[in-house]
Amino acid sequence: MGDLNYVYAVARVRVKEKSLLTNADVAQMCGMRDADAVLAYLTDKGWGKPGERMGTEQMLAAEEEKALAALKELGAGKEVLEDLSLPKMYHNLKAGIKATCTGTENPLAFYQNVEPSEKSLTRILAAKDWKALPEHMRPAAERAMEVMLRTHDGQMCDIIIDRACLDAMAAAGEKSPHEILRTYLQEQVAVANIRTAVRGARVGKSLVFFKEALAPVKGLSANRLAVTAAESVEALLGYLSGTAYAGAAEAIAVSPSAFERWCDDKIMESIRPQRRNAFSIGPVVAYYLARQNEIRTARILLTAKANGFPESAIRNRVREMYV
Amino acid sequence: MSMGMVFALIGAVLSTALAGIGSAWGVGVAGQAAAGVVSEDPEQFAKVLILQLLPGTQGIYGLLVTFITLSNIGILGGTPITDTNTGLMYLFACLPIAIVGLVSAFHQGKTSVASIGIVAKKPDQFGKAMLFPAMVETYAILALLISILSITNIH
Repeated sequence: MGDLNYVYAVARVRVKEKSLLTNADVAQMCGMRDADAVLAYLTDKGWGKPGERMGTEQMLAAEEEKALAALKELGAGKEVLEDLSLPKMYHNLKAGIKATCTGTENPLAFYQNVEPSEKSLTRILAAKDWKALPEHMRPAAERAMEVMLRTHDGQMCDIIIDRACLDAMAAAGEKSPHEILRTYLQEQVAVANIRTAVRGARVGKSLVFFKEALAPVKGLSANRLAVTAAESVEALLGYLSGTAYAGAAEAIAVSPSAFERWCDDKIMESIRPQRRNAFSIGPVVAYYLARQNEIRTARILLTAKANGFPESAIRNRVREMYV
Repeated sequence: MSMGMVFALIGAVLSTALAGIGSAWGVGVAGQAAAGVVSEDPEQFAKVLILQLLPGTQGIYGLLVTFITLSNIGILGGTPITDTNTGLMYLFACLPIAIVGLVSAFHQGKTSVASIGIVAKKPDQFGKAMLFPAMVETYAILALLISILSITNIH
C-alpha cells in the first residue's frame, strides 16, 4: 500500500493514542500499595475484558491479544506482522526444539497467535519437515535440533537460534519498504547485540562465543563489539562510548536494570517521531510497539508490587511511555 | 466556430477540470482521515467534516470562473468571440485558478489530514487546527481574484 493509503488507519491511531498510558499514569501506579491496586487502576483504564476481574497473566494476555488485533484491523500487511513477530517465532522454535528433544510438553512456553502455531511447529520438528518452516528459519532449526539431539546443550541451541533471529531481523529490516521497520529492526538487533555482549563480558565468555552470537548490523560493528567484549567490560564500554549507543555505556555503568531500561527506552526514542507523521504505516506500527511497551511496563510493575519491591526500586525499572 | 472561441472554451474547461481534480483529491484524502477519527470517536464528526470540506473550495472557484467565462464569450451570454487573440486572453485568464486550484487543493488536502490528526488527539484545539489548511486557501483566493479580474476586463 502506498503511504497515502494509511491515512484512515493513522487517524484511528491518533484517537487510540489518547488511551495509551502516560508517564504520569506509570508514576501513579508506582506509588500504589499493591498489585491489586495496580490491576484495579488498569481495569479502570480499559485493560482486560469488560466486566471481568482478571489476574495479572490473564490481563496481560488479553492486552497482547488486543494489541495484535488492533494492528491487523488497522491494515498492517502479512509482511509487517511477520517482521514484528520474528522474536516470538524464534522463541517458539527454541521452545519447540527443547520440547521435542526432551519429550516434554509445556504449552505455556509458547507464544500464541504466532505462525507456525505450537501444534504445527511440534509436528514439523518431530517429522524434521524443515521445508514447512519459513525459509529463514530452516538452517538454524536443523542445526539447533542436531546440537540438542547430539549434545543436549540447551545453551548452544539458544545461541544458534538467537543469532538466526537477529540475522532474520536485520535482513527483514534491510528489505522492508517501511522506514519505521527499517529503523526499529536495526535498533532491535543493535540493542540485542549490546545486551549479549554485556552479559557475556560479565561472565568472561570467549571471542568464539561472541563471534557466534553477535549479528552484523548497520551502525555498530559486531566484530569490534565481540573483540572488546571478549577483552573486558571496561573495553566494551570504551568502544560503546564512541558509538551512537553511548547511552548504553552510561546505563551499564549504573546497573543491569538501568541497562535493560535503556534498551527499551532506546526503541521508544526511535519510534517517537511517528507521533507527528500522518501519511505512512509508521504511526500504526509505533502504536503497536507502544502497546507492547505498556504491557512490558505493566508486567514489571505488577511483578514488583507482588514481590514487595520498594517504590524507588520500581521507579528505576519502569520504561518511558510513548505519549 | 472561431479559433478564439475554441481557446476560450479550453480555458473554461480547464478551470473546472483542474481545480475540480485537486479538490476531489483533497476532499477524498481528508475524508479518509475524518472517517478514521469518527470510527473511534463519533463526537468529532462536525469538526472533522469542516476540515474535510476545506479543500473542496477550489473546485467551486474553478466552476465560478467557468461560469463567468461562458457568460462572456457567447455561450451563456455576452458577445461571441470572433478573433484568436481574445480567445487566447480568456484561456490565459483562466489558468491561474486552474493551476493554483489544482496544486493548492492537493496541499490543502494533506494539511487537512494533519489537522484532523490534531482534532483526533486534542478536540479542544479545533480552532488552531483549522487555521493551518485555511492558510493554503489564501493562494487559491488570490488566483481566483486574478482570474476574475482578468476575465471581466477583456474587451
